[in-house]
Amino acid sequence: MDWQAQFKETFGIKWPKLLESLGQTVYMLGWALLIGAVIGLLLALLLVLCRKGGLKQNRVVYAIVNVYVNIVRSMPFIITLVFVFPLTRLIVGKTYGSTAMLVPLVIYISPYMARLIENSLLEVSPGVIEAAQAMGATTRQIITRFLLPEALPSIVLAMTTGTVGLLGATAMAGYVGGGGVGDLALTYGYQRYNFPLLILTIVILVVFVQLLQLLGNRVSGKLRKHR
Amino acid sequence: MIQINHAVKTFAEGKEAVHALRDVSLTVEKGDIYGIVGFSGAGKSTLLRLVNGLEKPDSGNVVVAGQDLSKLSQKELLLLRRKIGMVFQQFNLLEGKTVKHNVSIPLLLAGTPKKEVEARVKEVLRFVELEEKENAYVSQLSGGQKQRVGIARALATSPDILLCDEATSALDPQTTESILLLLKKVNREMGVTILLITHQMQVIQMICNRVAVMEYGKVVEEGSVLSVFGTPKEEVTKRFVRTVINDQIPEKFISLVRNEQRNQQVELLKFIGDAVKEPLIANLCRMDGLEVNILGATIQEMQGSVMSVFILQLIGSGERIALAEEKIDSAGALRERMVLEA
Repeated sequence: MDWQAQFKETFGIKWPKLLESLGQTVYMLGWALLIGAVIGLLLALLLVLCRKGGLKQNRVVYAIVNVYVNIVRSMPFIITLVFVFPLTRLIVGKTYGSTAMLVPLVIYISPYMARLIENSLLEVSPGVIEAAQAMGATTRQIITRFLLPEALPSIVLAMTTGTVGLLGATAMAGYVGGGGVGDLALTYGYQRYNFPLLILTIVILVVFVQLLQLLGNRVSGKLRKHR
Repeated sequence: MIQINHAVKTFAEGKEAVHALRDVSLTVEKGDIYGIVGFSGAGKSTLLRLVNGLEKPDSGNVVVAGQDLSKLSQKELLLLRRKIGMVFQQFNLLEGKTVKHNVSIPLLLAGTPKKEVEARVKEVLRFVELEEKENAYVSQLSGGQKQRVGIARALATSPDILLCDEATSALDPQTTESILLLLKKVNREMGVTILLITHQMQVIQMICNRVAVMEYGKVVEEGSVLSVFGTPKEEVTKRFVRTVINDQIPEKFISLVRNEQRNQQVELLKFIGDAVKEPLIANLCRMDGLEVNILGATIQEMQGSVMSVFILQLIGSGERIALAEEKIDSAGALRERMVLEA
């Protein structure tokens, strides 16, 4: 028996099916992370700039963003997922498949990212910002030349944490039609009493998270090197 | 160069109002090294930040280099700030970046061409004697070196004014001295007007030519350093002056004065500069029926001048003492009778 047959024998699925699932997970994770991080960063900047004592103090904007972030973050992902179905249909045209799942994933992860990045930005020494202001830096220059570069190592770690959270969400998204490793575990593993496959997916996810964290720590450490 | 007129600033801290500035007026002339001294919470920090518009007065106005700050647009204010350097107690540098990067930032913000930036950075680093540290990371430097980088950064855009916010308060005495000498060099060689705030009277003594003393949001005393040190009027000023010039009777001699049975008077004498030409103390000693004991003496250098303080115990009849006092006054020394508390 060759190894592919052996694989089918042990885990109850064909080898390419596993690859396909992995691909779907990476697809959902990658795009949701990219879009979610950008939106999260913008929300975080709004929170930091508009907060009391911020560079562009604005109560209304702060309150709106703050409440939005809190509401979305208090909803379990599985609820968000079905709640935004109409929006998903409007944007993607359907409510199943990996691409459609990007809508709820982004909605779910961006406020989470916003909170994490907000914390990173708030860690930047107020003295450095004051020095920037004293130099005659514009708000844009303060953001691009002081705030973001100073917060970057911390933002990288925050995003790593966010990505791990996102990975969990992709598993649920997979279950309602997004595919991916989570779907594999639940549909092929759990429902078919295929215990070895369940174990395999868990191992894959654990390794995945380990690698993500390792990467995040490495990058952040490199950026922090001279501090 | 800098004029602050009737500035008032109140912060709301919870329900309480904090009066940081209560009607403060101040004039700094071009070329001054002007020191503002006060205990923490006196309002110095707020006052300093009025000058570059980091704080805006609730009422009153601030005129810098002929421009009324309240009449400037945001853009004009940013341009003005490039002509005002600022140095901080905690340096406020980008710790993870190189010295060169830190010093070049203000130039890059102003849109200076790359070539010029390079040349200017070298120039100011040479001035603060940190040339060889150009490519070092700030985190690898000592406190004194960091402050030199801070000063270089503030000077990069060739400002007319330098604001120093407790620039030496985080440094040890030796480093403090070297930074103060550097500031003096900045003032003398670059013609930069310096406004500094501090709670250390030594700083004022070493480099300032004018001083203002602040307490509870007000300037309580102001003048040339020599006159404020020589004849402090307010209690708080006296306390500050006492931190560098000891004008108290040494503990050991107090009992000596107390146990003296004869008629006596303790006098505090101050000589500023070369105001006193004759050998006054020698003359006093030569007076008949008068005994002179020196209980204390210090000499302080400031503003290229010398101030000496003597505490004398005069023993003799009331008439002899009165005569001695006359001699002291006519010789041009500042005299003050000291009363020993029971």
